[in-house]
Amino acid sequence: MTSISMGTSRTTAERLATIRGGAKPKRHNARTIAALTRNPGCARRAVLDTAGVDKQRLAAYIDFPARFGQSGFAIARGNAFEAQVKASGAAELVKLLRERLGLPIPEVAYDDLETVTGREKETAEVRYARSRALLLRAAAGEDGAGTLFDHPLLGLDVAGQRVYLEPDLIAFQHEGRFHVVEIKSFAVVDGQADPGKVSAAAIQSAVYVLAMRQMLAEAGHDPEIVAHDVVLVCPRDFSNQPTAVLVDVRKQLAVLRRQLGRMTKVEEMLAVLPPNLCFDLAPDADGVPTRAPEALVDALQTVDARYAPDCLSVCELAYFCRAEARGCTAALGTSAREELGGIERVETALGLAKGELTPADDQAEAATLLRNAARLRAEVLVAAAGAAG
Amino acid sequence: MSTLTALARAEAVAVGQAQRITTVRHLHVADRPLVFIPLSMAGEANAPLAALVGTVPDDPRLLVVPQPRNRDQRFGFAAELAEVLLPYLDSFRGVTEAVAANRGKEVRYRYVDAPQVLVPNSAGIGFVRMFGRSTRFRRTDGDYPVQPSVPLLGQWLTFLADRAEHPGSGMLLAMTEALGLHWATGQSALEDAHLAALLAWIDPADGLSGADAAVVAEDPLRWPPAGPATDPTFDNEMLAPAMAAYQEAVGSGDEVRRSRARGVLEEAVRSQLGPTWELMWRGVSLLRELPVGSRVPGRWAEDRDVFSTFTLYVDGGGYPQPRRDGAVNAAQRLHRLERALQSYAVQRAYDDPLVMADHRLTGEAFVGEVTLADAHRIDDSGKRRVLRPRIQVTTGDVVLVTAGAVLHSPSRPGQKARVVFVTPDPASGRTDVVLELSGGLGRSLSPAPGSVPEVGDRLCYTTLSDSFMPPGEFPSREETPWTHGGPPKAYEEPVEPSVDDAREEWS
Ligand code: SF4
Repeated sequence: MTSISMGTSRTTAERLATIRGGAKPKRHNARTIAALTRNPGCARRAVLDTAGVDKQRLAAYIDFPARFGQSGFAIARGNAFEAQVKASGAAELVKLLRERLGLPIPEVAYDDLETVTGREKETAEVRYARSRALLLRAAAGEDGAGTLFDHPLLGLDVAGQRVYLEPDLIAFQHEGRFHVVEIKSFAVVDGQADPGKVSAAAIQSAVYVLAMRQMLAEAGHDPEIVAHDVVLVCPRDFSNQPTAVLVDVRKQLAVLRRQLGRMTKVEEMLAVLPPNLCFDLAPDADGVPTRAPEALVDALQTVDARYAPDCLSVCELAYFCRAEARGCTAALGTSAREELGGIERVETALGLAKGELTPADDQAEAATLLRNAARLRAEVLVAAAGAAG
Repeated sequence: MSTLTALARAEAVAVGQAQRITTVRHLHVADRPLVFIPLSMAGEANAPLAALVGTVPDDPRLLVVPQPRNRDQRFGFAAELAEVLLPYLDSFRGVTEAVAANRGKEVRYRYVDAPQVLVPNSAGIGFVRMFGRSTRFRRTDGDYPVQPSVPLLGQWLTFLADRAEHPGSGMLLAMTEALGLHWATGQSALEDAHLAALLAWIDPADGLSGADAAVVAEDPLRWPPAGPATDPTFDNEMLAPAMAAYQEAVGSGDEVRRSRARGVLEEAVRSQLGPTWELMWRGVSLLRELPVGSRVPGRWAEDRDVFSTFTLYVDGGGYPQPRRDGAVNAAQRLHRLERALQSYAVQRAYDDPLVMADHRLTGEAFVGEVTLADAHRIDDSGKRRVLRPRIQVTTGDVVLVTAGAVLHSPSRPGQKARVVFVTPDPASGRTDVVLELSGGLGRSLSPAPGSVPEVGDRLCYTTLSDSFMPPGEFPSREETPWTHGGPPKAYEEPVEPSVDDAREEWS
């Protein structure tokens, strides 16, 4: 519980602990934070994530399992590629950095910060402190402070809560400037990669840049010494050979900052929720959560959601929220909702279109457009049916 | 998305079934399309795992790569695919027709039919493009010789993938997109990319609403993903053990064991491909049921033209398409695509009153009744007396055009209508538009019969024009200015693949 106590009042921490119940908190990673920015207006997600509720388990238990399975083949290939790039003190990586960044790196010190032998059970705080100490020494330009830092543990404040990030990245330091290096196993063919994957990698890297900058700033360093160009290392063409591209993540940083800033403070969200709200998934002796699924569904329904189809690719609760959002125009996608004049319910939009409902003042304009659209659609379909019959 | 399409989506929710957003079919459906469903190995860069391919619903051919990381097996797959695809392409190289070219001064020949390849979704098109890229530079000599059909397959796949980017082309289509062009479901565009769910909305099983049918269709156990990505659970629970068993059987040197292990593997991938195969043909029948739009054959003729030209190029030993386009080629291509996009949009609106309705809603078109007509009006204000009939069209549509605008009517191509007055009547909500006509009236000072609309005719007028857009002008390749990278570099021009190209690493 100490892991969520930083920057939070005692009572908030206690409430979050209640919400989570007896289960262990789920740790954030760059993917979950990147996903958070995809739907910053959703209180349900913000509350669950801040409390560290295991949404995957929750969704499965209430019978709306998420489909974020990963193929063992993909995992194996990703691990093999990463291991290859990092082998022999990251020899291949150093070669690429020399070539791509044109840096005359004389010799390289490589620190793996993941675990120190015999200390596997280290807490996040201890690991964070160790990463921080090493990175700050490098920032201060101390001699022998290292060049490549693998798996540093970073911290970031999300909605007033400190969360720790387990990046599988390397921070690279040269003459007091840091670069974030991300290793991904999707291919870059003839200099081009799947734009969706590149943008996902870019937003995740931006999370790391932000976290490193925050850490340096807290220690009184210039945050800008962390470059906004991240180094993306991917297999080239159809081979295993790594290639590196620089990705400018300034845009992603701006989006992240804005959306993290906009996320309603968790205290405010908690204030309107029932005091006994709880998503306890703690298992009984048989390993089954003690609370009934219906009770958890009830609890979920007390927290406002803001479903959009995008949720399907980013949030574990998407199938539940989608079922709940049936009949809402938002479930049809942002642009459909806008074209329907921002009217919330499908039946309302149709009622206005058919002239069966009287529009409220703020619906007048939308209603006129919808009525026109409905008239045109009906006119053409009737004529077409007449012509065909 | 247009308001009308959004409204159709809303109706689909209420009715529980997808709603039509066109009155006609806007693409060509071949008599004998080739359905191709590729699967790739997770984590690898476009490594084929299996495919189901064929032109007859009850006779799919299964191609399998038991060890997708094995280079020889990959090219073995390519050679097998070529065995199906190349004869299919060749089968259209029979009868030709003569077409006038260069303003009638020359005659060109084109095939009377052309191939059409159907894949389940846009990722399938991506697979075709990438597999074309990975095979077209291979050589039949040197370090990793392949069969001659492999680089040829690569050129054709690349050709097809390029055509798929061309708006209005029907040579390589994604079924989800072809269906989505004609139906609006009660779910989002993101969910429409799932072929089974999309078809569940269009043609739900008995007694189910579209929404419920789509939920069922999303279950990967009942409807495996339509590829190229496989279901991760299938990978982990069926494919991985089957592959490992195959690997072991190969190692054992026991041929019976090997072929049994291969059989298990084949059944496993077939279980993933079979359901999509059914869906693809269901999609084909649904599309065939729609009446075809009148400008579709014209666009298909263009496809036949391009197909005919490319066969000549390949027959002449043309080199594989470059890895990337040079500056001039890229600009020309972009320009071509933009023109095609625009003319495709206009043609669809001209062919289909429901598509035109989108433009009526936004005020770019209106439909009304001719309430006055002066067919013999002569304009003598200029040097020459000219025939300039005027008509008044009264419409209930929103009219946003202003005096001076030039309009066209889909039913009267070749005639221009200049807006003279626009007079809205707030009381009735109707608008009178006075139009002055020119063109398509015959040569004398009195109009040819039927060339001027008569009182009582119902007509559509729009700012959209289907007229020919002149192609842009570009410098020659050699004269590409240095600001655009200068003349194309080696990898930007078609050249003979080098030994290095062919040796390109695969792992
Ligand atoms: S799926 Fe539900 S909880 Fe998750 S972000 Fe969307 S609306 Fe919020």
